[in-house]
Amino acid sequence: MKNINTLKAGQEIFLSGTIYTARDQAHKRLVGAIKAGKRLPFELKGAIIYYCGPTQTPKGKVIGSCGPTTSSRMDEFTPLLLRRGLRGMIGKGGRSRAVKDAIKKYKGVYFVTYAGCGALLSKYVLRAQTIAYSDLGPEAILKLEVKDFPLIVAIDANGRSIYG
Amino acid sequence: MRKIKAIKITQAVMELVKRANFYLRSDVLSALRRAYKIEDNRRGKKIIKAILDNAAIARKNNLAICQDTGMPVVFVQVGRDVRINGDLKAAINKGIEGGYKKYYLRSSIIRDPLLRGKPEFSPCIIHIDIVRGDKIKITLLPKGFGCENKSQLKMFKPTADIEEVKKFIIDAVKSAGPDACPPYFIGVGIGGTADYAGIIAKQVLLTKVTKQNSRLEEVLLRQINKSGIGPMGLGGKTTALAVKIQKYPTHIAGLPVSVNISCHALRSGQVVL
Repeated sequence: MKNINTLKAGQEIFLSGTIYTARDQAHKRLVGAIKAGKRLPFELKGAIIYYCGPTQTPKGKVIGSCGPTTSSRMDEFTPLLLRRGLRGMIGKGGRSRAVKDAIKKYKGVYFVTYAGCGALLSKYVLRAQTIAYSDLGPEAILKLEVKDFPLIVAIDANGRSIYG
Repeated sequence: MRKIKAIKITQAVMELVKRANFYLRSDVLSALRRAYKIEDNRRGKKIIKAILDNAAIARKNNLAICQDTGMPVVFVQVGRDVRINGDLKAAINKGIEGGYKKYYLRSSIIRDPLLRGKPEFSPCIIHIDIVRGDKIKITLLPKGFGCENKSQLKMFKPTADIEEVKKFIIDAVKSAGPDACPPYFIGVGIGGTADYAGIIAKQVLLTKVTKQNSRLEEVLLRQINKSGIGPMGLGGKTTALAVKIQKYPTHIAGLPVSVNISCHALRSGQVVL
């Protein structure tokens, strides 16, 4: 994601590369770890977080159903993560003013993807590996390799939002 | 007295778990197909297409329609001439747990809401009713929490105007906005008590969504779709696919109104034993 700053709100793109799943409890732990000065389970600098808690992985499949969860629940944790180098987020729905401002300040980007379409989105995941917090079950952090994952730029690096 | 073994109930619930989570309801599919035809917002149309594709992929590959396989809500009608050999609630929870494990669904249930901890598959929510006859009817509604979080209750004064009630319902949808996977299905419970209004608001989501049953439902649907929220909140005239209202007698001092919002993936299944 080198050309992240050129993305514009409303633009549709296809992402290929590495993303990390993290939702509510994982966010709480990540922020707790940062505040306690501990090491994070993955390099936050330049990373993209996907707000997702997939189903169990069926036999013979890479991942189960894996659509986005509501982003606004992560709002209180997001500005600190952006300050520490988080580059992108994928979820569904609107974000708070504070998140929008932080995205602009730290030159990040917020994407949305097809909400409630977890079966469809599983087709774009090539690999999935649990890397942290496995005790959280579906809320564990997974490292995903995705190919042509469909995204819509919802808030761009200039703080422009498709939600107005 | 007809006898039914608890294990039969467990097996039936396991099958319902599969059906509800993999196969989108035919009336929900019809509502989506109709919306696809009439939506003229380019992006809105594209999103409805993705929702329909998703349903087809889920059905074909035995994948959950949505990764949020919900808090399972089970409505049971037990005929008064049936005797169950075993524990009904335990049998249902066993079926939920067994089904969710077998079909690789998600463990989303936290045993202690304050202490949290590792998510499990059960318990589910169970509503039991005793009816005439010697059958047992079981209905499963796996309720996703993105939309459950946006549900609202208001205890109106008994002198409240119907326009205030309408505004509350429309505002509830507006406040859900783009967050809870629109286009929505709106269940409304009017009357009863605070708790009962909530139950009927959810239960009415089990009725056919392709048919609006009253003028009030039609008016509300039209007004909600004027909001312009649209599929995924990115614009269009398809903000809700149906508004369903269930009323119940209430007290002279009150007028409870509960709005239960469902995402577009309104899933349920029913079996009669």
